[in-house]
Amino acid sequence: MVPLSYYLIFAALLFCIGLFGVLARRNAIVILMGIELMLNAVNINLIAFWRYRTPEIVTGMAFAVMVFAVAAAEVAVGLALFISIYRRRKTVTADEIDMLKW
Amino acid sequence: MTPYLFVFIVTAIVTLGAALMVVTARSLIHSALWLVLALFGVGAMFVLLSAGFFAVVQVVIYIGAIAILMIFAIMLTRRVMREDGSRFNRGWWLAILMALVLLTGLVWMIQSWSGSSSTMQPLPPDVVDPIQSLGAVLVSPNGFVLPFELASILLLAALIGAIVVAWERK
Repeated sequence: MVPLSYYLIFAALLFCIGLFGVLARRNAIVILMGIELMLNAVNINLIAFWRYRTPEIVTGMAFAVMVFAVAAAEVAVGLALFISIYRRRKTVTADEIDMLKW
Repeated sequence: MTPYLFVFIVTAIVTLGAALMVVTARSLIHSALWLVLALFGVGAMFVLLSAGFFAVVQVVIYIGAIAILMIFAIMLTRRVMREDGSRFNRGWWLAILMALVLLTGLVWMIQSWSGSSSTMQPLPPDVVDPIQSLGAVLVSPNGFVLPFELASILLLAALIGAIVVAWERK
């Protein structure tokens, strides 16, 4: 059978790929995709810990449901922000959106 | 090699490869399509962890709503669909370094934890249906009814906030 560490290492790899996308990409929409990958890695960890360690307590699953809700809210607001910025600045490149930096 | 391990390894390789393509693809629309594959792989992982409900939620919310919303956003900002110049910013090597350092730390921590070698036990017989108890705990006052309501308010606020932010004033 697959030990718990396989799932944890898989989730760690997925999280680090997402982190690289967030830190290195210039396009804001891809940065949002990286955040989605990181949230998915967290969800895999929560479900794996629930299944392997405490299958009789559903706290891990309840937390995963919260992560789903937060991810949906974050994407909706984030994409609305990018569309609004695109309308004014004609760009969604993260290092050109620097109105708050002076 | 058991069939379970084989399916796990294939799913892991497909998911991680798709995730790598998401963060490195030149075309944004390709990134979004690879993201759909990666999310699907994570859904398959939920099935392997005997959380079928989360696999369904993953397909409905992530692939059905979030990925489609991303594709909409990419098409609405179509002039930047193909990035001219570099896809990565100047500090990309620093990002690789940071991701590798974090990965090393996490793997070291997982390896040194004694519980990480625990194997999957069959669900205990008194756990009739995890979904049933999950639904009960989400609305019970001793459980997660407060976070549940907070999540509803957060979704409502995000709904209104997204409309307000994206509203085009005449």
